[in-house]
Amino acid sequence: MTTVIPVPPSLDDVTFEQVLDRLAPLAADEKVLIDARHARWASPYGLTGLLALAQTREVRPGLTPPESDETLSYWSRTGFFRYAEELFDLHGTVPRARPTAESSVLLEITSVSKSADVHDVVDRIQQRAQNILQRELSIDAQASVRFVMTLSEVCQNVVEHAGRGGWVAVQTYRWQRRLGRRVVQIAVCDAGIGFRRSLESTPGRALTDRWDDGMALEEAVIRGVSRFRDRGRGQGLAGARNFLGKWSGKLSIRSGTARIAIVPPWDDDAPLLEGLAPFPGAQVQITIPERTVERGDEHAADRAADRGVAGTSGRRGGS
Amino acid sequence: MIRHIDLSSVLRHSVCDLYSNLVTRPTGAAVRTEIEHLLADTPGRTLTVIDFSHVGLLDYSCADEVVAKLLLRFASDAPPSDAYFLFRGMQESHLDAIEAALVRYGLALVSERHDGHSQIVGYVADDEQRAWDAVYRLGAADVATVAASLGADAPAAERLLNGLSDRRLLMRHDEQYHALGHAG
Repeated sequence: MTTVIPVPPSLDDVTFEQVLDRLAPLAADEKVLIDARHARWASPYGLTGLLALAQTREVRPGLTPPESDETLSYWSRTGFFRYAEELFDLHGTVPRARPTAESSVLLEITSVSKSADVHDVVDRIQQRAQNILQRELSIDAQASVRFVMTLSEVCQNVVEHAGRGGWVAVQTYRWQRRLGRRVVQIAVCDAGIGFRRSLESTPGRALTDRWDDGMALEEAVIRGVSRFRDRGRGQGLAGARNFLGKWSGKLSIRSGTARIAIVPPWDDDAPLLEGLAPFPGAQVQITIPERTVERGDEHAADRAADRGVAGTSGRRGGS
Repeated sequence: MIRHIDLSSVLRHSVCDLYSNLVTRPTGAAVRTEIEHLLADTPGRTLTVIDFSHVGLLDYSCADEVVAKLLLRFASDAPPSDAYFLFRGMQESHLDAIEAALVRYGLALVSERHDGHSQIVGYVADDEQRAWDAVYRLGAADVATVAASLGADAPAAERLLNGLSDRRLLMRHDEQYHALGHAG
């Protein structure tokens, strides 16, 4: 018997939970059909999440593509079907992806499983990121560089910790309802071992009674703990948090049954959600909004961020 | 002996001809290993200029592997050789990544800015910074000169200068402490 799981009309990090709620009671070897016929829109998180979902199934799942030509064409332009063809039994035809000049897709869906893939991602996005982020989101050149550094680090988390490959995608679009501004979103999704199991693999690690996915996320994201004992580890997420703090960005990471978020003032998301439907691996989303600083106060965010790090021992003194 | 290492060339030589960005830990480890091989060829005291001018992006993980781990080895109690480093051509984003890495280990380095002047980047205490500034202004100085400049007693100044020398931020020669990257 095949269980049909409908894809919500608008598929993002929030509505993806509906898909996972339906998937959770099913055994891994049960056949499922992902029904995306009525999907009208999908975020990078939604699309890379669907690929990760397919990766978790022992029996190759089916996928019915969107009925809307516009949606179908868009999913194709993001590179979704290039990977979906390998993971799903596709029901119906899908348009062949052609190179596109569409500016909203900063980085088509790209698989990440080894260090060379991270180099490839960085090389491909670098120039486009600078042009588009500056023009559409008023993010200056220096910040664009830090944006790519952040992207590099979250991709490396897949290579170093997931134990299997994942996918990354980057896109800009207008968040009319939630924010009334353009945003750029990075999504990196994998179905690997997840944060809890990664941290558990640290030799000699003592587990407390409260040890669970939520605590593992807090350890890694808030306290910078890594499965490696090396003091230099854990800098990637710390650097990402620093950058996002400066640019009012949002970071959310779902792993296992929990989701942690670094919530900026423009959002009212919960910092930690627990008891979610279980799903392997880690699903990361980073959202950076268009900059709308009043003229004459362009450096307010920088000053606030600098105040936030005052008292640390980092220094660039000099003569 | 002064040696110049163009990091971009090392990257292409040791990892991949096509790469211009210093990203990922394996890449950083390969680049650091190549630098260590180059240094091993030169016995005795050396000053190595590590040039970032042609490096595109440097991420946090790679900064940790290339810079922090290199300095950690040479600023240890038992360094493999008497090597000093001057970092050149670093952009603001490079400095961000490097500073974050250095602070975790309590390390620091001397970076030559684009205007030719140098600065300490990383972890440094206030009195160490003042002592370093005093030597840098003069190019080289002895304990008595630095003590006078700081208004400190000689043993305290000597302790600071020896600490900076152990950390590879000043080079000691006889009774003189020399600033790295002094513009003259």
